[in-house]
Amino acid sequence: MKKILVMGAGSAIAEAAARVFAQRGDALFLVGRKADVLESLCADLRVRGAKAVGMHVMDANDFGGHEAMLNVAESSLGGLDTVVIAHGTLSDQKACEASVGETLRELNTNGVSVVALLTQVAARFEQRKAGTIVVISSVAGDRGRQSNYVYGSAKALVTAFTSGLRQRLYPLGVSVITIKPGFVDTPMTAAFPKGALWAKPQQIANGIVSAVDRGSATVLYLPSFWRLIMFIIRSIPESIFRRLKL
Amino acid sequence: MTVHTFTSWGNILRKPHESASLVSRYADFPAVPALSSLLPYGNGRSYGDSCLNIGAGLMPTRALDRFMAFDAETGIVTCESGILLDEMFRIIMPAGWFVPVTPGTRFVTLGGAIANDVHGKNHHAVGTIGRHLMRFELLRSDGRRLTCSPSENPDLFGATIGGLGLTGVITWAQLQLRPISGPLMSVETIRFANLDEFLRLQAESDSDFEYTVAWVDCLGTGSQLGRGWFERANHSPTPAAWPAEPSKGLNVPFAPPFSLVNGASLRLFNTLYYHRPRPRHADRWFESYFYPLDSIGNWNRLYGPRGLYQYQCVIPDEAGRDGTAALLNAISRSGQGSFLAVLKAFGDLDSPGMLSFPRKGLTLALDFPNRGQSLERLFAELDAVVRDTGGRLYPAKDGRMPPELFRDGFPRWREFTQYIDPRCSSSFWRRVMDGA
Repeated sequence: MKKILVMGAGSAIAEAAARVFAQRGDALFLVGRKADVLESLCADLRVRGAKAVGMHVMDANDFGGHEAMLNVAESSLGGLDTVVIAHGTLSDQKACEASVGETLRELNTNGVSVVALLTQVAARFEQRKAGTIVVISSVAGDRGRQSNYVYGSAKALVTAFTSGLRQRLYPLGVSVITIKPGFVDTPMTAAFPKGALWAKPQQIANGIVSAVDRGSATVLYLPSFWRLIMFIIRSIPESIFRRLKL
Repeated sequence: MTVHTFTSWGNILRKPHESASLVSRYADFPAVPALSSLLPYGNGRSYGDSCLNIGAGLMPTRALDRFMAFDAETGIVTCESGILLDEMFRIIMPAGWFVPVTPGTRFVTLGGAIANDVHGKNHHAVGTIGRHLMRFELLRSDGRRLTCSPSENPDLFGATIGGLGLTGVITWAQLQLRPISGPLMSVETIRFANLDEFLRLQAESDSDFEYTVAWVDCLGTGSQLGRGWFERANHSPTPAAWPAEPSKGLNVPFAPPFSLVNGASLRLFNTLYYHRPRPRHADRWFESYFYPLDSIGNWNRLYGPRGLYQYQCVIPDEAGRDGTAALLNAISRSGQGSFLAVLKAFGDLDSPGMLSFPRKGLTLALDFPNRGQSLERLFAELDAVVRDTGGRLYPAKDGRMPPELFRDGFPRWREFTQYIDPRCSSSFWRRVMDGA
């Protein structure tokens, strides 16, 4: 039985993954902003077979609250071996361009808060020389594009940070897994027209769960064809890229 | 709001709709633009236009798929309305429970099952799903959240069961399940030569078998009119292990340019099906027993780009045999048979649903490739039989019945209208209210 903390438990990808863990009888601790959503998630995961379910209401940008939250999680679960960090918002690029406050808030939510939390989790797992950390970054972090570069640069921070953290913790037996989903059909992206590139949260969740099972300290594009797409996008020379409407 | 293309199972109407998802059971009723309306949309398994709202909006509910409580001792499950029966089974069946009533596909949402007051092969024993509902929450466009049960808001309880989504949106429901020993069904299969033999088998099986249904070769004529296979079943007491992974069946990836269901393929299939030797007794996996068509994903695409109509009527008891014979005769003469016609005797257990479809009598259901005019001529003949015998058609399967046939068949429609949410409507409803 795993003892799993899910940060941003209300996200569609996190919920789909939590259901798989619950069905296998793992214990879960859910963190999110909305108490009613967390309560309904807890009830659902209990019915689906979770050994134990706890919850904690917290905004990821409340950096001062991270340590207390981790303490509650550890005592509620009776330990902690897996952390899934899935919180985030899809930034409104136009609003960010018009407002410094909005830009900084989005960078905090999608980037800095992840770094803050990872720093504390890493310290705990480093001491124990065990644990798995899954962080949901994004293909958007691979190269800034005018349509969403504020979100993209927050995710670039997450990608670079987890890359270094993975190197640091790998020799100790702690796996850091960076997940880069492509387009995912979730409430967060409800307003977008959907084409063939869109994946269901369940597909991403299945990829996460099997990565946790393998304990593979790596970067995963989900679905995997995004590795090729992003390789191409990263390879476009800047002289051409700057003219594109991506 | 965004615009998406929606269709129903018959694939005849494929139209863009404004779409405003209900994202959680706590969410407000989505804002409806002035002069427009919204209709809750589950998994789109209704055949015709009862799940569509062309020219206006739909409110997809599949995001509401959380369990709220499940008591493995009492078999009472409470869950959100967008959950599929298939998803529910993975939790309740290993714990020894099954839904009290299931339609012929497990890919319907719980909310959709309620809104159509679905019946199953055990209607003669337990009635429709509405009889087993303990309560549900109805969210109205004015923001009210009403718990409805036989004792609380009983009027809206009755209007919403079989209410085709018109009374508001169901956010969650509580259902009394039935205990089972395992996932196997103990099935007896008996060939019958005509309609009278079917009625004899039905009469002798009623009390000892919870599930009865017949498959009729609707191309049989004369003394073979109404020949087919009778299936009677109970849940098997033999326990069986659960597979680790749900089985993946076949899938029809796209619609062929023309219907693969045509005169030649029908004649061949029906003849082979009738003459195929089958063991009389067998223990069968519940999915292959209840949901044979679910094993072919998107089987509706076999009917080509023009889609299919399903015709399901009930002929009241007094006229059941002769009415059914008249229907089969008309179909046989037309040569536009269906792959499998399903014949089933309904019992006399009343539903709380105001517009509930089943009533005591014989129900016949057939699929037809959409052939336009010639099919509509056959339907007009079948409608005449249904009208003359005082029967009715099933709204969940319908995309074309004349408005008068609906209003004559469901005399409580007038009473029902007072419970319709002012911001809810559907293509079906506007069609059958035409001229009222």
